[in-house]
Amino acid sequence: MAKRIDVSDLDIYYGNFKAVEGVNISIEPRSITALIGPSGCGKSTFLRSLNRMHEVIPGARVEGKVVIDGQDLYSADIDPVDVRRQIGMVFQRPNPFPTMSIYDNVIAGVRLNSTRMKKSEMDDLVEKSLRGANLWTEVKDRLNRPGSGLSGGQQQRLCIARAIAVEPEVLLMDEPCSALDPISTLAIEDLMTELKDRFTIVIVTHNMQQAARVSESTGFFNLAGVGQPGRLVEFNPTEKIFSNPDEQATEDYITGRFG
Amino acid sequence: MTLTSAPPTPPRPKRRVGDRIFAGSASGSGILILLVLAGVAIFLIGEAWPAITAAAADLPGGQTLTAYIGPLVFGTLIAAVIALLVATPLAVAIALYITYYAPRRLATAMGYVIDLLAAIPSVVYGFWGIAALAPALVPLYGWLAENLGFIPLFAGPASATGRTMLTIGLVLAVMILPIISAISREVFSQAPALHREAALALGATRWEMIRMAVLPYGKSGVIGGAMLGLGRALGETMAVAIVLSGSGGITFNLISSSNPSTIAANIALQFPESTGLAVNTLIASGLALFAITMAVNMLARWIVNRRADFSGAN
Repeated sequence: MAKRIDVSDLDIYYGNFKAVEGVNISIEPRSITALIGPSGCGKSTFLRSLNRMHEVIPGARVEGKVVIDGQDLYSADIDPVDVRRQIGMVFQRPNPFPTMSIYDNVIAGVRLNSTRMKKSEMDDLVEKSLRGANLWTEVKDRLNRPGSGLSGGQQQRLCIARAIAVEPEVLLMDEPCSALDPISTLAIEDLMTELKDRFTIVIVTHNMQQAARVSESTGFFNLAGVGQPGRLVEFNPTEKIFSNPDEQATEDYITGRFG
Repeated sequence: MTLTSAPPTPPRPKRRVGDRIFAGSASGSGILILLVLAGVAIFLIGEAWPAITAAAADLPGGQTLTAYIGPLVFGTLIAAVIALLVATPLAVAIALYITYYAPRRLATAMGYVIDLLAAIPSVVYGFWGIAALAPALVPLYGWLAENLGFIPLFAGPASATGRTMLTIGLVLAVMILPIISAISREVFSQAPALHREAALALGATRWEMIRMAVLPYGKSGVIGGAMLGLGRALGETMAVAIVLSGSGGITFNLISSSNPSTIAANIALQFPESTGLAVNTLIASGLALFAITMAVNMLARWIVNRRADFSGAN
């Protein structure tokens, strides 16, 4: 299920503007990889290029390779729609579909993919996904209520349930806790730790304690200067990044002497 | 806490002058619109009253008021319903094309062209309807009567002039297309990027994304736009008066030469030659139109509110 991601010499452009330059990274399966760095350094752009979501913006394109399990995501015969069905994403702000019930939100992705399911199979999948997202006990009595009626933290866990219901190979998370309070954040972090047994998780975060708490590996992105493309400055095991980083820029950023 | 000898009077919230002026003018405007509405209703009822109470023999045509107004109400509704049935799906499709499919330049140009449709005076639509559309539709009506005549809608005999209920329904459809598509376009383009991205990230194609995130969000706006269009279609006078040869009674036969007229067109055509009780009768039919329009609006409001929980506004 979980897959390994190899990125080589990846440049990402918005029109003529080069947003990210020369990323080389190997993301291990069944682990959590954190991406940190100042705002505007391209880490979200890089994350979105892993499931071709950056292409939503007109003029966005990449050069280089993103290979998942031997398959280049950007080869000509690959449909971005198929890529996104295999690589789930959780966004910064919780975004359950407001016109759908909790139940329908969870199976929204499955409904797209398939193949008709029996009602009982769908019920089982909804329960399994909501349990997987640690939300089942809180919502099991109101599955037919709108998802937008939940608290922010619950909505975000609903979005995670929706993402894992389709059994993706990789789960991308773009600052999933930045709109949440510390308790909800803790709930999501615990959840990530449970989920990494089944999925490869890549998370963008501004919270360095969070990166240190949950991730095995950490990548530090930075800008060479204003108007310059963002670069992956250092990619190492999290412990090393936070104790003895190779690069001076990483240490400056982590210790708060910069940005 | 210190004790004071006199209990402090609760401090009156300070009302600033600007606030008071604004609150006053806003409530004034709100009350004004209610007064205008009430005034119209009172005028209509007052002027219609003599016709409502009069004996059937004194009314134009020597028939009861319901027998006089009934076919007009029917004609008004059926023309408007045809217009709505034709225009709404088309307008939604146009709006979706402009917002999510067309290249940006083409989209802007198309938007302007559609808005231009709204700027054409209704008398011009009337001329277009009678001079171009009606003759063009005559062969089609002949074919419909011949081949689909078993459907009551197309029972025929087909009109030789093409000035039928279906023709005016189509003219009205073109007339209300801009308002519905303009409002749909507006709401579709405001569908939150957050939810569109949520759908795309689940692996939705563009059409699936539209179905999951755009249409549910825009639904109440589309209904609102359709109701505005319906209001225009119900009240349209000039185009109907020119195009429709309204002489018949209630019939679902849309392509024959005997059609019920509509309330607004009937008033416009009859008013110059009417005196006395005939005027009161026309005003009574106007009262009926007023009631229909209000009912339509309330129905639309009810439809929009029914699933307010799921609207995304909370």
